[in-house]
Amino acid sequence: MHAATPSGPPAAPIDPATVASVSGTVHFDGTAPEMVPIDMSNDPACKGDNKAETVVAKDGKLANVFVYVKDGLGNRSFPAPANPVVIDQTGCRYRPHVAGMMVGQKLEIRNDDPTEHNVHAIGMQNAQWNESQMPKATPIEKRFDQPEIMLPIKCNQHPWMKMYMNVVASPFYAVTDADGKFEIAGLPPGTYTIAFVQEELGEQDQTITLGTKDKKTLDISYKAQ
Amino acid sequence: MAARGRKPSFEELALKSLSTPYNAAHHRFAVFIACITFCLLVAGALVTSNDAGLSVPDWPTSFGSLYKIPRWVGGVRYEHSHRMVAEFVGFLTIILAIWTWRADKRRWMKWLGVAALGTVIAQGVLGGLTVLFYLPPAISTSHAAVGQTFFCIACAIALFTGRAWVEEAPQTAVDTQRPTLITLTLLSIFVLYVQLVLGAMFRHHGMSWWPHVLNAPIVAIVLTWTAIRAMTQYSKIEAVRRPAILMLGLLITQLCLGFLAFTTRVAWGKDAVQPETAMIASTVAHVAVGALLLAATVILAIQVWRHVPVAHEEKAPGAEPKAVAA
Repeated sequence: MHAATPSGPPAAPIDPATVASVSGTVHFDGTAPEMVPIDMSNDPACKGDNKAETVVAKDGKLANVFVYVKDGLGNRSFPAPANPVVIDQTGCRYRPHVAGMMVGQKLEIRNDDPTEHNVHAIGMQNAQWNESQMPKATPIEKRFDQPEIMLPIKCNQHPWMKMYMNVVASPFYAVTDADGKFEIAGLPPGTYTIAFVQEELGEQDQTITLGTKDKKTLDISYKAQ
Repeated sequence: MAARGRKPSFEELALKSLSTPYNAAHHRFAVFIACITFCLLVAGALVTSNDAGLSVPDWPTSFGSLYKIPRWVGGVRYEHSHRMVAEFVGFLTIILAIWTWRADKRRWMKWLGVAALGTVIAQGVLGGLTVLFYLPPAISTSHAAVGQTFFCIACAIALFTGRAWVEEAPQTAVDTQRPTLITLTLLSIFVLYVQLVLGAMFRHHGMSWWPHVLNAPIVAIVLTWTAIRAMTQYSKIEAVRRPAILMLGLLITQLCLGFLAFTTRVAWGKDAVQPETAMIASTVAHVAVGALLLAATVILAIQVWRHVPVAHEEKAPGAEPKAVAA
């Protein structure tokens, strides 16, 4: 199993009795852009409704924002979890559209569509790869060796199919849900830079100080472009 | 044909020689290859415009097979049809090279056939490398440039095997102006290649759009200058006038298509979640007409070389300069 390995003397282990959490809501100010319908007619096997998920905002709440602890963990290292992160291809779209995983963690990509896909990871820090996958084929299993935010994974057979994987060195990350909500728990007391990254609207950083057993709220807003 | 008992002139030995009989079948075959190559360029442009370059992830096999035809849906339709047309062109070029070697008496034509074969092989390898290395801009751009170079070679072979080239004595007129028309045509080819590379780099995400757009007026000025010079000064030489008119017409068409492609892809389509019909149609047409423009310019340069020899000034002491054809 891989683990993030920062340099320097080892940090004190995290005491579960003192850990804090940060949660909040990512808002979207302004009129949300319309989710453009996707034309999937170039493959009859692609059925159902499909809309572009570039900006998914409803009632002023923004989904699919990747939130992670960008700084403040010092030289702590964290083992990658044993359970894999799963991406499913269904209805000629990726589920989920934005996901996070740790360096060295297993990524499992399934194809539940009645058509073949190619899965092309366009890493900048990680090596690129591109593999075809037949319907109901054995899942593709991969790992990423380096942290990388918003690493696109796409299908060139169905050019609208694109998702973003976020590879981080710690387990302290989340993706906002349909209500724009997120929660990162289990953080040791300290001062952290929390980064919010949206594929189209970019990154916003916030600093927060967490004391013992704190449960703090951190809300941010993206403005319509 | 060189007369017996005297040393053949340079012109007789070089491109202007009339040393091979006209072979209609060979010529038609060369024309056919040029036409199929144009279709191949369009197929390649469709691959890029549909973002389908990696829909078949392996090479030289397609989904692990050299001969099985995959299901033609989505991007596979474009990528695999491009590969099949490319294989067909490669096969035809092998035949052309062998046929030319055996049937054409001109030594330089035999080697031109070999050069065509070498170019199409290099082009195939570049196409494979661009798949295996995930479309790096430098390799994809080379693939675009070598593809159009092969198209120009195919058009040139079609010209050199044509009846007009083989059987008719060239009508000539000496060029006394500076810069010479041949210089202008070579400059036109150069700026077109620069434009081709800049455009391909933009299409393959290796560069912004503005160098391609900024170079467009330079291309327009150089080609217009060349075409007008050819049409006005050598209007009686049909072999020069016709490609010059064609080049000018294609240039105007290409500028309009470039504007359309810019509007649909850069201005309107920059946030598009999938390739849209308007942007695909305009960019594919822009690539196709660009290839025709380059080929027309190469043909013009060849015809100018053949029909418009350059005058060199010979200056005797105390005498007026005298123009002498090279």
